Amino acid sequence: MTIIDPTDAVPAPRSGDGDKTSPLLEVRDLHVEFKTREGVVRAVNGVNYSVDSGETLAVLGESGSGKSVTAQAIMGILDMPPASIPKGEIRFFGQDMLKMSGEERRKLRGARIAMIFQDALSSLNPVLSVGFQLGEMFRVHQGLSRKQAKAKAIELMDRVKIPAAAARVNDYPHQFSGGMRQRIMIAMALALEPDLIIADEPTTALDVTVQAQVMDLLAELQREYRMGLILITHDLGVVADVADKIAVMYAGRIVETAPVHELYKRPAHPYTRGLLDSIPRLDLKGQDLYAIKGLPPNLLKVPSGCAFNPRCEKAQDICRTDLPPLVPVTERDGTELPGRASACHFWKETIHG
Amino acid sequence: MGRYVVRRLLQVIPVVIGVTFIIFCLVFALPGDPIQALAGDKRADPNIAAILRDHYHLNEPLYQQYWHYISGVFTGDLGETYNGRAISDIVSERFPVTLKLGLTAFAIEAVIGIVAGLFSALRKGKFIDNVVLVSTLVLISIPVFVLGSVLQLEFGVNLKITPVAGIERGWPQSYILPAIVLASTSMAYIARLVRTSMTESIRADYVRTAIAKGLPQRRVIGLHALRNSLIPVVTFLGFDLGALMGGAIITERVFNMPGIGGQLAQSVYLRERPVVVGLVTLLVLIYLVANLVVDLMYAVLDPRIRYE
Repeated sequence: MTIIDPTDAVPAPRSGDGDKTSPLLEVRDLHVEFKTREGVVRAVNGVNYSVDSGETLAVLGESGSGKSVTAQAIMGILDMPPASIPKGEIRFFGQDMLKMSGEERRKLRGARIAMIFQDALSSLNPVLSVGFQLGEMFRVHQGLSRKQAKAKAIELMDRVKIPAAAARVNDYPHQFSGGMRQRIMIAMALALEPDLIIADEPTTALDVTVQAQVMDLLAELQREYRMGLILITHDLGVVADVADKIAVMYAGRIVETAPVHELYKRPAHPYTRGLLDSIPRLDLKGQDLYAIKGLPPNLLKVPSGCAFNPRCEKAQDICRTDLPPLVPVTERDGTELPGRASACHFWKETIHG
Repeated sequence: MGRYVVRRLLQVIPVVIGVTFIIFCLVFALPGDPIQALAGDKRADPNIAAILRDHYHLNEPLYQQYWHYISGVFTGDLGETYNGRAISDIVSERFPVTLKLGLTAFAIEAVIGIVAGLFSALRKGKFIDNVVLVSTLVLISIPVFVLGSVLQLEFGVNLKITPVAGIERGWPQSYILPAIVLASTSMAYIARLVRTSMTESIRADYVRTAIAKGLPQRRVIGLHALRNSLIPVVTFLGFDLGALMGGAIITERVFNMPGIGGQLAQSVYLRERPVVVGLVTLLVLIYLVANLVVDLMYAVLDPRIRYE
């Protein structure tokens, strides 16, 4: 866990793509359900977000908030069944991927949209050498020969700063350290210079010093290739350093979106406020750490109204009955705050009060 | 790796000595007189019997008999039967039959077992899966002699597709039906083994990665998932190869095939001590080699396993 000071350590966002017709990726009203023996689990209930080239969107949320499921739906790697997508669009360069054939989507996967997984040890195949697994990208998507692919694999390993790449290309995943393995995952995602990378908690399994190195590397490569990046995490420290904008998810919905520094300064949703308050702070050393009370909701029976209401300190009667829509957040005088929205009946009180 | 193989091969020596000694003692302990058995129902001529007993060291204590035998083995002489036939003759006559039958059965069980298990795992809960589950259960439950006799009757007698018995028509005609019968049980086990380990590995994270890399499904399943599920299957196949080389007493009897299994059974019955011990020694050797090959295959299939 990185300890940050919520007021100072926030970097300025990098500017997105200037001239654009349709964004790189746009998720519209996405719903994902899982049919289980106990009933239908509504994991994602109407998520909207978009990412541009060169932009980093951080998706923040607890386990079970639907952040990973959304990402897997974008990648097209959900197990269907039990999962199904009853509603929604996932537009990649304006084209709805949910309407594409399986083969069309397969060709996009890895080549145009790539994913970095959380636990590199279990996500890399233990019985194939890393060189083979990296080279496979070129062999399958570009039809390179075994030999050319291996040369490319060495190049990639160099690119992600793995020492003695040429000597280690035939090594197996278990022969690398955790940080090096995650670099290999990154190299694999970068191999074909995709337009979009989805990183699902890329540093969670690593220790803190290595976390920083891996995040720096990812940010550097992203800048260089001008890729869109969706960073899925529950670590607010990681987000502050690299993200441009943040989407906070709770119980399968986006409850708040904001440019990164705005969110840290003035959250407009009690859940976000709770998350920020639960970051350990140096100036409050020795005091009890704040925690949001209660547990994330059971997705089989999400509370009526606002899903966060049983855990919310500000909950009123309306929160238990009416589902708050995601509405634009404005200044006290009504000036629009670009990119900001909150799904709270009392966002005004939360941000300004 | 090389040193490991040498060490494993050296381990074969004490195992062979130990096993032959145990078998020797067991056969020695069997009631009945082998020389009398040669004469059948008639009384053996006492003079000839005495000469034979002397020739085969039957009057000496057990350890001396064993010593005669084992020193012969290490000079390449497996001994002879009580009617004077070299055991190596018997082996070279009988073993090719067992080898052909065993390898055919092995190929059948490996190919059909793995393919059936694979489809079953990929279509879990669907029609094919249920067909595989039920048919494997049936195969495991039917005794070999029942399956053998039924197939013999149907394909050999009624449909006349295959010979009823014997090996006159050579490989593959005479061998295919017995091989199927011999393979049936193991085939069912392999199908279930592959189904279980495949079900596990298609849910693994690295398979999800392979899909996310945009690999075609054939490659995801055939390379990334299957490679990881093969380790338990290889173990089973290795031991089974050893067992198949040991001959199949029942199958050989049903189809009247002159293999090692029938010979072994007959020799035990006739108290042919040298034949029993000789054949068992050979089978132990085959078993040990199959075991070593399995262990070496592990290292090929899973690089995390290393021997030094």
